[in-house]
Amino acid sequence: MPYISTTDSERQQMLKTIGVQSFEELIEAIPEKLRLKEPLHLDPALSELEITRLINEKTCRNVCVQSANSFLGAGLYDHFIPAAVEAIISRPEFLTAYTPYQAEVSQGTLQYIYEYQTMICELTGMEIANASMYDGATATAEAILMAIRKNRLSKTVLAGTLHPEFLKVIRCYTEGIGVELVIIPAKDGVTDLTVLRDAVDDKTACVVIQTPNFYGNLEEVFAIDEIVHKHEKCLLVAAVDPISLAIFNAPSEYNADIVVGEGQALGNALNMGGPLFGFFASRLDMARSMPGRIVGATLDVEGKKAYALTLQAREQHIRREKATSNICSNEALCALAATVYMSLMGKAGLQEVATQCFHKAHYLANEISKLSGLSMAYPDVPFFKEFVINTSIPASKIIEKLLCKGIYPGLDMTAYGNSKQLMIAVTEKKSVKDLDDFVCALKEAANV
Amino acid sequence: MSKTIFELSSPGRKGYTLPKCDLPTSFKKDIPENYKQYLRKTPARLPECSEIDVMRHFIELSHKNHFIEKGLYPLGSCTMKYNPKINEAMARHTCFANIHPYQPLCTLQGALEIMYELQKDLSEISGMAQVTLQPVAGAHGEFTGLKIMHAYHLAQGNHHKTKIIMPDSAHGTNPASCTLAGFEVIELKSKEDGRVDVEQLKQIVNEETAGFMLTNPNTLGLFETQIEEIASIIHSVDGLMYMDGANLNALMGIVQPGKIGFDVMHYNLHKTFSTPHGGGGPGSGPVGVVEKLVQYLPVPLIGKKEDGYYLDASHNDTAIPKTHTFFGNFAILLRAYVYIKMQGAIGLRKVSENAIINANYLKNKLEPCFHIEHMEHCMHEFVADGTKQKKQFGVSTLDIAKRLLDKGFHAPTIYFPLIIPEALMIEPTETESLQSLDDFATAMIEIANEAENNPELLHEAPLTTPVRRVDDVRAVKQLEIKFPI
Repeated sequence: MPYISTTDSERQQMLKTIGVQSFEELIEAIPEKLRLKEPLHLDPALSELEITRLINEKTCRNVCVQSANSFLGAGLYDHFIPAAVEAIISRPEFLTAYTPYQAEVSQGTLQYIYEYQTMICELTGMEIANASMYDGATATAEAILMAIRKNRLSKTVLAGTLHPEFLKVIRCYTEGIGVELVIIPAKDGVTDLTVLRDAVDDKTACVVIQTPNFYGNLEEVFAIDEIVHKHEKCLLVAAVDPISLAIFNAPSEYNADIVVGEGQALGNALNMGGPLFGFFASRLDMARSMPGRIVGATLDVEGKKAYALTLQAREQHIRREKATSNICSNEALCALAATVYMSLMGKAGLQEVATQCFHKAHYLANEISKLSGLSMAYPDVPFFKEFVINTSIPASKIIEKLLCKGIYPGLDMTAYGNSKQLMIAVTEKKSVKDLDDFVCALKEAANV
Repeated sequence: MSKTIFELSSPGRKGYTLPKCDLPTSFKKDIPENYKQYLRKTPARLPECSEIDVMRHFIELSHKNHFIEKGLYPLGSCTMKYNPKINEAMARHTCFANIHPYQPLCTLQGALEIMYELQKDLSEISGMAQVTLQPVAGAHGEFTGLKIMHAYHLAQGNHHKTKIIMPDSAHGTNPASCTLAGFEVIELKSKEDGRVDVEQLKQIVNEETAGFMLTNPNTLGLFETQIEEIASIIHSVDGLMYMDGANLNALMGIVQPGKIGFDVMHYNLHKTFSTPHGGGGPGSGPVGVVEKLVQYLPVPLIGKKEDGYYLDASHNDTAIPKTHTFFGNFAILLRAYVYIKMQGAIGLRKVSENAIINANYLKNKLEPCFHIEHMEHCMHEFVADGTKQKKQFGVSTLDIAKRLLDKGFHAPTIYFPLIIPEALMIEPTETESLQSLDDFATAMIEIANEAENNPELLHEAPLTTPVRRVDDVRAVKQLEIKFPI
């Protein structure tokens, strides 16, 4: 049997040592009638060679973004990942370690989480970050729950420009526990500030925005700050694209109180949408009500610098039903990928990535705007690396036509209320040729 | 002590290359006026390092970790089995690593097929009707399962069902997940033999009971013999039975939870199905349910039609909202798929058999030195109690755990379950050889002797680890959660 080290004769010897005749004696506590009478109905076992063949056969029925010209984003982005990231995260020392509960033999994991927390604080301008959450959506939902805990208020105002999948997850985390959700409609691709102003009151625990928002547009964060913080208790929760923070406002600049987001763009592959990781940061005064693991620097008994999990009194293994969250496993290895990525790219590299995304996206938007039958959906609104275009024929038709040319032109917005819109994401990985080829193909496809 | 990456930084040093931004010169790369207010005022002080700096730094950190390939990792209820390398090789295939969930479905058929088959295989292993692959951790699965239970009760018009009963031996995530899902927790004291007190359960069950949450085998490594009776008590008030699947490694091919009274369960693919723990994730916590609850699973499920695999959202009206942005941790699902296909039915049964034999063998070896409360045969794990060492020699379970680190082993899960005061919860898993079990037993016996003859040594332990015993009180009192750049 694969991965079982004991031989039949060793097993016999072990059973003898235990003092039983057969394995069955060991499971006498399981009532006979509850036991399976026949083997499970599963495919026959494969050898390593056979599973490799099977998997290779299946990969042939996927067409990855590497062999296509892809403009898909919508919360999951194909950024360049240096080879060194993979070299580190595939090391068994990191890969097969457990949660760092025994600090003395987990200093490697603990220190990189500490460095990760520092980098997230730097990017967001916040004072404390946790060790990561499941994804951007659950991080946002947990941010709302934290704001509610902190404020003892139940009303939450959400920008309608949040990622629709985030909204679904938020609904799952907040329904049935007395949270009132108010959703602010979008106007011209950003949050309608007039409606927002009317919706926020002294009973509002928090306002949640995303910038760049689902449509790729930058929200009017300074005006939002003013609206939110006019109310003493109300907290501003900002969900952000970490790459955008290299060139656009750190959320601290518009006084965000809790900052969350999807971290995948930092050194993690697409992987069909998982694993992802959520980052979570806030002001220091909320440290004791944060969800998730936090690593702190400390000393060992000899006075040597060391790291340990800290503020554990918040967590489920100590506080049980009174814990700040039920989260146990997070996405540590994805956070490691992000830490290595940010270490390699550094201050200048992340800026260059963000700048290239910005210029290439704007170049493409500009070229597409020149085509007949296509236009920018929100021409006057600032955006980062993603934008929505209006099409004169259904977006699904364009997608179908461009697929034959090996192009994924972007997200069909039918599911989000408009069948004649495409959302297009551009990362630094696109060359001018990629962009021009796309424009060329669009020109043909958009009008017929 | 290792420097931090920030201390290795030097202004202007680079660890990357990027192609030039090759836009035509006719395109003006100015930032338009209306963007200016959004530009960052001061740059994030990320480290500036060369690739070799970065590699050396993280390799140096890696040397300070315990990991499965280094030595036995007997954490109870964590199932730290060997993680086969073929899983990794398959998951890193570019046609899996670089696919986007919003691609046209015709370009994702291989991935969808794997998810579809995994739904089926996990259903078969547990005897459940259907599985959602969305949850990405055990606790995330618990939350998803509890929301499903909540939705079921609401649909029956049972708004008063607000309480979940669980034994006092439950994992901490169980009560925490209940709170998150809007339930109230009723804790049930375990019987002398460590199992559910059925008589007591009968007393506290009432119309407000939404369900019962149970790990089986329980956290003492004991199968809940009266599971049928427990289920019938809960079902008699239209409550639902939730199984925490943390200990599924003891049951594969032996018992199907869905056929012995459980209605909902989560699987921990990072435990039972050999996917790596990653230092604390990413994991995967799919949830399986019986037929009457399928309509509440979050959409989409992966469906199969004549022309291929598709995203099935047909029960959207009754489903709970999504619990993950996309479809869960696909790359982890893929590893578990490879594992299941390589084991087959016979292999999975052998996994559980050997997990049980290994645990009982180790238990037998340790019994002369450590008190083990429940003397019957265990399933895949058991709990030793260090109370004797504590009382007689002043050596705590923490001391014993730290001394194990000196001997090249990871410590067991300690001080859990809470009902055993000086608990050492030990799960060797099926992948350990006879020699490695013997080595671990020898180390434990040595430690028991040291406790008696040289307790000071244990108070001082660990002596040989990268750092000595870490002051975690200081970590709280003098909170320093980021490097002062």
